[in-house]
Amino acid sequence: MSDEGVSLKTLSPRALAWQRRGRAAAAAWREFSSSKSGLVGLGVLVLAVLLALLAPVLSNEDGLDVTKATGGRMRPPDGNFWLGTDVDGRSILLLTWWGTRVSLLIGISAALLSVVIGTVIGIIAAHYGRWVSAVLLRIVDFFLVLPSLVLAIALSTVLEPGIGTIIVAIGLTSWPSAARLVRAQTLTVEARPYIERSRALGGGNLHIIVKHVLPAVLPLVFVNATLAVGNAIVAESTLAFLGLGDPFQTSWGGILHNATVDSAALAGAWWYLLPPGVAIGVVVLAFTLCGRALETVLNPRLREPR
Amino acid sequence: MPSPRRGGGTARYLLTKLGGAVISLFMVVVLGFILFRVMPGDPVKTMTRGHPVTNEQLAILEHRYGLDKPKIAQFWDYLVKLLHGDFGDSYQYSRPVGDMILEKLWPTVLLVGTGTILAVALGLWLGTRAAWQRNSVFDKASTGIALAFWSMPTFWLGMILLTAAGGLFPSGGMVYPDTPPDFLSQALDILHHLVLPVITLVAVVYAQYQLVMRSSLLEEMDADYLTTARAKGLRDDLVRRRHAVPNALLPTVTLVFLHLGMVVAGAITVEAVFSWPGLGQMTYNAIGVPDLPVLQGTFIVLAAAVLVMNLIADVLYRFLDPRVRAV
Repeated sequence: MSDEGVSLKTLSPRALAWQRRGRAAAAAWREFSSSKSGLVGLGVLVLAVLLALLAPVLSNEDGLDVTKATGGRMRPPDGNFWLGTDVDGRSILLLTWWGTRVSLLIGISAALLSVVIGTVIGIIAAHYGRWVSAVLLRIVDFFLVLPSLVLAIALSTVLEPGIGTIIVAIGLTSWPSAARLVRAQTLTVEARPYIERSRALGGGNLHIIVKHVLPAVLPLVFVNATLAVGNAIVAESTLAFLGLGDPFQTSWGGILHNATVDSAALAGAWWYLLPPGVAIGVVVLAFTLCGRALETVLNPRLREPR
Repeated sequence: MPSPRRGGGTARYLLTKLGGAVISLFMVVVLGFILFRVMPGDPVKTMTRGHPVTNEQLAILEHRYGLDKPKIAQFWDYLVKLLHGDFGDSYQYSRPVGDMILEKLWPTVLLVGTGTILAVALGLWLGTRAAWQRNSVFDKASTGIALAFWSMPTFWLGMILLTAAGGLFPSGGMVYPDTPPDFLSQALDILHHLVLPVITLVAVVYAQYQLVMRSSLLEEMDADYLTTARAKGLRDDLVRRRHAVPNALLPTVTLVFLHLGMVVAGAITVEAVFSWPGLGQMTYNAIGVPDLPVLQGTFIVLAAAVLVMNLIADVLYRFLDPRVRAV
């Protein structure tokens, strides 16, 4: 990113704005990459996404089919099956690998859904005062204290089982914290003079929200989304473990559900339990580390004294 | 957080909070109706899924559960029954759900109560030590461990504990059937059964208390009053105990109650893993059927319990923090 030799006068306002954004992004990246744990988290995430995308290329989907399974019944790890087999003789390694796809898909989609709902409600609650705000806050507070897993269980029991249901169940139950956060941020942004200036120049509600409030709130939303993915992945695995997942899709929680049904814990089949659980732990931790590093970029108060 | 207006007294504050809680409770009841009576479309079809039934049988079932009436009338019935403590009958056991919940209530209270108290004590202690020795090995290690535990799904940790320590502790239930009926042996047996579920619950839950205590103590660390306390010659230990910790404790106290919903969620899966005979296991057993009245009952009871706890937190906070009172 070098701007030497480019005279400022030749640039349009739009290009100038993009240049400014580029510099801000570079500064944010410098700050982010100074956090070792953040970089580790990011590395793990890139690896996980690559593995998920490349699963159909690098491995054979037939191994997931119960009727084509070649291994023995719940065998410990050996040369052929590095992480052992499940009750049907399928490779746990392959199951866990393919589980990455569904777990990441659900985790990311549910987190996005919850953050979008939270952002919209948070901004509306802060921007329009009086009764709109009062009613919305009442609803946010209500959903905030409601035990979200209990509600998610209820939703996924009454809806048709499937990936979409799980995404909706998690997304609809985890938005309130995002809404509170966005509302607080919107309130501080709207107290600034440039909002007043925009209003004085005749900017409407939509213009102010889209052009001024949203850009100021988005970084926070992004951090929140990163942290929310971890929670959503854990929520997905919990719902699948309770038997509410899609029985025809392999997810980490689904493997653990099968392990419970087959009493793997009592049989001492640690190879059945460890891989999917470690996968959940590692990916969730990676999202948390990334989120915390991003938080530090945004909030200088959290930075270590140097 | 809506604070009382200037001049509004404690009574007014309490009334506002109480009113809010009553509205929330009503919303839970309405949500329970929408979720389990409106959204499933046809509960009778769900109930008889996989069984050959004639239309007459369907009609009889619909009439027995009052499902042939209009939705508004159904809602009114449901409301009146709820006010009398009647949650309907379980599809699975044909027993009143209210009785079943009462039976299962105290095991859950025991598990959640013990778990919360231990998790809060552990979290506060670790968080205080970590913040006071910021960037020390202890700080980094304990924060890292807490984050790692927090990233694990509760039920998975329970399964791993069960695999690892299965021989030393009972694998499920609350008491062995052959334990003598006297109080001491019963209590010891329950304690024995309680160990693994409580360890699981505490391990996953304590992290948030530790992290919040740590960051809220860090916020206080540079405060002038701590410099004053040190300047007047107080030992480091006393500065921490008498000055820093009480101020840092406030956000954590509300958190304890606010996050009770999360503990309840953890308890559901822990109970499912260890067959602990509480509300969580009852929910788990009802999912497969699906036993809608049972799910509705546990939904309403768990949600209402968390709402009441939050009301208590709001009231407590007002008495604990003079700044909230003074506004």
